[in-house]
Amino acid sequence: MTRKTFTLFDPELAVPAVTDAFRKLSPAVQWRNPVMFVVYIGSILTSVLWIQALGGQGEARVVENPGFILAIALWLWFTVLFANFAEALAEGRSKAQAASLRGLKKETLAKKLHEPHLESKWQMVPATDLRKGDVVLIAAHEFIPADGEVIEGVASVDESAITGESAPVIRESGGDFSSVTGGTRVLSDWIIVRVTVNPGETFVDRMIAMVENAKRQKTPNEIALTILLVALTIVFLAVTVTLLPYSMFSVDVAGAGTPVSITVLIALLVCLIPTTIAGLLSAIGVAGMSRMMQANVIATSGRAVEAAGDVDVLLLDKTGTITLGNRQASAFLPADGVTEAELADAAQLASLADETPEGRSIVVLAKQRFKLRERDIHALDAHFVHFTAQMRMSGVNLGERQIRKGAAEAIKAFVEAEGGSFHKSVSGKVDDVARRGSTPLVVAESSQGKVRVLGVIELKDIVKGGIKERFAELRQMGIKTVMVTGDNRVTAAAIAAEAGVDDFLAEATPEAKLKLIRQYQSEGRLVAMTGDGTNDAPALAQADVAVAMNTGTQAAKEAGNMVDLDSNPTKLIEVVETGKQMLMTRGSLTTFSIANDIAKYFAIIPAAFVSTYPQLSALNVMGLASPSSAILSAVIFNALIIVFLIPLALKGVKYRPLGAATLLRQNLAIYGLGGIVAPFLGIKLIDVLIAAAGLA
Amino acid sequence: MNSHAWELLVLYLTVLLLTVKPMGIYLAMVMEGEFAFVRKTERPLYRLCGIRAEEEMGWLKYTFAILLFNALGVLAVYALQRLQAWLPLNPQGMTNVSPDSAFNTAVSFASNTNWQGYGGESTMSYLTQMLALTVQNFLSAATGIVVVIALIRGFARHTAASIGNAWVDLTRITLYVLLPISIVYAVFLVGQGSIQNFDAYKDVTTMEVTKYDTPKLDAAGQLVKNEKGVVVTEPTEAKTQTLAMGPVASQEAIKMLGTNGGGFFNANSAHPFENPTPLSNFVQMLSISLIPGALCFTFGRMVGDTRQGWAVLAAMTILFIGLAIAAMAFEQQANPLLTQLGVDPALGNMEGKEARFGIAESGLFATITTSASCGAVIAMHDSFMPLGGLIPLIGMHLGEVVFGGVGTGLYGMLVFAILAVFISGLMIGRTPEYLGKKIETYEMKMTSIAILVTPLLVLVGTAIAVIAADGRAGIANPGAHGFSEILYAFSSAANNNGSAFAGLSANTPFYNTLLGLAMWFGRFGVIVPVLAIAGSLAAKKRLAVTEGTLPTHSPLFVVLLVGIVLLVGLLNYVPALALGPVIEQLMLFAAH
Repeated sequence: MTRKTFTLFDPELAVPAVTDAFRKLSPAVQWRNPVMFVVYIGSILTSVLWIQALGGQGEARVVENPGFILAIALWLWFTVLFANFAEALAEGRSKAQAASLRGLKKETLAKKLHEPHLESKWQMVPATDLRKGDVVLIAAHEFIPADGEVIEGVASVDESAITGESAPVIRESGGDFSSVTGGTRVLSDWIIVRVTVNPGETFVDRMIAMVENAKRQKTPNEIALTILLVALTIVFLAVTVTLLPYSMFSVDVAGAGTPVSITVLIALLVCLIPTTIAGLLSAIGVAGMSRMMQANVIATSGRAVEAAGDVDVLLLDKTGTITLGNRQASAFLPADGVTEAELADAAQLASLADETPEGRSIVVLAKQRFKLRERDIHALDAHFVHFTAQMRMSGVNLGERQIRKGAAEAIKAFVEAEGGSFHKSVSGKVDDVARRGSTPLVVAESSQGKVRVLGVIELKDIVKGGIKERFAELRQMGIKTVMVTGDNRVTAAAIAAEAGVDDFLAEATPEAKLKLIRQYQSEGRLVAMTGDGTNDAPALAQADVAVAMNTGTQAAKEAGNMVDLDSNPTKLIEVVETGKQMLMTRGSLTTFSIANDIAKYFAIIPAAFVSTYPQLSALNVMGLASPSSAILSAVIFNALIIVFLIPLALKGVKYRPLGAATLLRQNLAIYGLGGIVAPFLGIKLIDVLIAAAGLA
Repeated sequence: MNSHAWELLVLYLTVLLLTVKPMGIYLAMVMEGEFAFVRKTERPLYRLCGIRAEEEMGWLKYTFAILLFNALGVLAVYALQRLQAWLPLNPQGMTNVSPDSAFNTAVSFASNTNWQGYGGESTMSYLTQMLALTVQNFLSAATGIVVVIALIRGFARHTAASIGNAWVDLTRITLYVLLPISIVYAVFLVGQGSIQNFDAYKDVTTMEVTKYDTPKLDAAGQLVKNEKGVVVTEPTEAKTQTLAMGPVASQEAIKMLGTNGGGFFNANSAHPFENPTPLSNFVQMLSISLIPGALCFTFGRMVGDTRQGWAVLAAMTILFIGLAIAAMAFEQQANPLLTQLGVDPALGNMEGKEARFGIAESGLFATITTSASCGAVIAMHDSFMPLGGLIPLIGMHLGEVVFGGVGTGLYGMLVFAILAVFISGLMIGRTPEYLGKKIETYEMKMTSIAILVTPLLVLVGTAIAVIAADGRAGIANPGAHGFSEILYAFSSAANNNGSAFAGLSANTPFYNTLLGLAMWFGRFGVIVPVLAIAGSLAAKKRLAVTEGTLPTHSPLFVVLLVGIVLLVGLLNYVPALALGPVIEQLMLFAAH
């Protein structure tokens, strides 16, 4: 994936975009955007009228200066070109991304195995000849020829080309880390891979197609908006077309002036129809997809991105998303008659050789609390007892002295086997710890035939920093967060409270997850979730927005409608924001576009009819210099506003997690009221400039 | 605006808003069959007509039923007018109505427009007035109400295939709402002085001898002009006057209650037999908005959140107050032309006003009747000040959604609400939803059609009329006012209002045909997409309300809705209005 970021009008993108803007003047391209097509036809018509007027024909009878028609015609062409430019610029960014993806599709050769095992004979074939079900052998330093599933072997794979993450990842047969992506490279060892896709259907192919198709496939909401824009265009078409007979009638009854010229009517039409939003609409869509790509999320369709904006329930895995992956020791709770320092000392000794993160954290805590340094293991004549699934405890033997730590039941068994007793007060402490959502580890020692429980170490799930604030933001956005965990209810409840999630699903099984999603959906909610394992696939398929981790299995990736290349479960929140941003940009620009019409009416209507009814100049509230400069200023404003809003269309309206009402109030103030006021100022300014230059 | 005008406006709104809740509850309970007597009473009727009342209809079937029902209504009204000379209850011996006028009137009464190209007392027999026009007053009102009820069901139901049974809905609204209220109302009007009889017209000797000049006609019936080209007149005296009679009160009641507006007499509610007293006038104004206002509450109740209904009502009320104040204030202005002739400017613009009612009542009535689809009048809108006449035009151009016609006002407003929700939903970053229903491509398509139809009919119709010689021939006043007259006629027809800038001579084949078409398509060009929306919404799942959902009952949404109605409703008409009332006002005051 390209790591290159472009500035807004990066010459590298802007220059080809200018050429593309002209290339897009082809009617076949223009036809796809009905509103801009009207402007396009208007440009052609006014151009023809100008040529006609030069010969003293047609509009020459009603327009004194053919130069005015030319000026209108030119600015209408600019309007079309500016809209083309916006689209081309957005597409340029996507194309740059697609080009870097295409770089992955190297013409590689693959060792195709005759039978799916290492000893089988193989033959070299081009990667493009591989079909679904073929089995290939990939050795160190070779590129993986196609997407597939590891069926044998373990290898470290460099996936940086896809994810941008330079650290190699392990891919092995079985389990959740068995899927490999074409175009990535094996760094060490070998793997045998069963190809799971046909050429042209690979992950990279889909990514390229998605990026390139972004401009062609309209999302449902985009279609609905286009319908509205077309409806407005039809109405305004009727408004301007009928204005000619009205004007002719008025001239007849007033006995003064000339009927309004076709040029002015076309200018009025173009100013009234929602060109601003129509010109930027596809750019907004392309830019939205492209923002997703920059966040390293690949959506299978624009529809999915849009749906992300609507999500109101987020299912989040506890581990990795809400909590750091590992538990950490947070307190020593000594048994009666034991000091905390004694317990810490024993716990530290028992953990010195324990390389698990939990073990390390006990040593760290002992150091923090009692300045206990790590001791020289050899000097102590220590013999470490490692954790086994049968004993379910670990510890150390220091000569006669045995120290053990482990789950309460395991230690209870140990103590009772040694002839000691597990005191009730310790059980109470164990329960307390569990109730707090932490994991209790009990420490016991046996020396000289005397066995006693020293106390309890509290291992705490560490909730990620800032996650609580993130959830509060989500709540303000109206999104409910649900934590999904395999923990028991007590533990889950405690962590849920600490992290500030709205709800939790404890002792989650894949079936329970699926059921939960269906339940939310039947209540009319849209559910988003992340997942990576094969057992997540049914839930992913059921969820409305499903983000599969790229590290996940092929099944998970296929069930989801987005893939997060960084495999970062919190990314879901960004996905939601991007979806919302795309809709907000569209809505805000639509409002702005319609609100602009008020000022344009005030500019054009007095100017168009002042020859028939001089009293109409009372409506020239902006005090525009002359009728022709008024009309020209409105047309120029209409064209330039597209260019001014390109950055907004590409970057998107800033999303802040506020309640719906606050957000609406703010955006209405900015784009609604702003849309009413801005053109008054803009048109006046342009008019002053035109008058100063003596152009009209 | 003087204090009387303020008092009148406040009193009117207070009484109206007090009726909203009880009436709204009653409407909802009747339409949902919550009263036991409702189900019991109607059963024999259904058996008689072979209606399977339990069978609900999908939107297509419902629409077909409504269209068929109204098409039959058009045929019946047309036939009765064309045959009235040979039918009973015709003491004045009225002849059969001309085909184009009969077509126009038939469509007009079936579409709840009640545009009248004819004069009632000089055209229609009592049988036609009662059997054709009064019956259609009931049925067209019922049609409007059942359509909005079907739309409300679309919002209220989820994952449902049907939106109700059209025949049952039509029966219930007529039988339990329109009929009983009309009976009481008619008795009240008779008490106030309205007439209700089948008598022949009466010649009465007037208390005062009226003297006036009539133009002299030659043998060929042409005006006689002197050598200067001025029409020669001769003084005339009148000692008697013919008083038209008829079953007035019974037609008057439903004319107002059903927002029909077609007067028994040509002078409509300015006629003392239609509207005898200030009290009857107040009740008439109230009865126009009674059902439209109450339906907002019905809506809230049926969708299970009365706040939604109040919000829509609030938006309507805000728009109404603005329009009413403007109309009354503009009419309080003195016409500079009359001031020049020595009329006291403090009187305001009394031209064309019924002296029994005055300026404030006339301004308020004009606002109510045109912001609803009623069209009854107590003053000549043609004689309003230019901007005073702009207000009724605006009321109609907004789509008559300010309280509006019975049913039509609310469904028109809900279409605007869908549009408002669509735009504002996008602005907060959610695909839009209203009352838990997602607004998607199909709804936007139908909403667009519903919003497009009337402006297209008005603008194109006006354009045809101002070009065509037949169209220009009907204009009574020169200049921009003539343009206003034509614009008003098409605005009134396409929006199914029925009031007129009466200066236009519209009882010609040209106008009868063109306006007839505008009325039919203005009515059903909106009803069909509205029912389509109802069907599509009913089939959808209902989404849960969360904090991310845009609240559609908040003051902010009310303001937004008002803004959308004004913006979308008016932007289409700005150029036309500029060339009509606006320039008229500018010229009037610039010249004097």
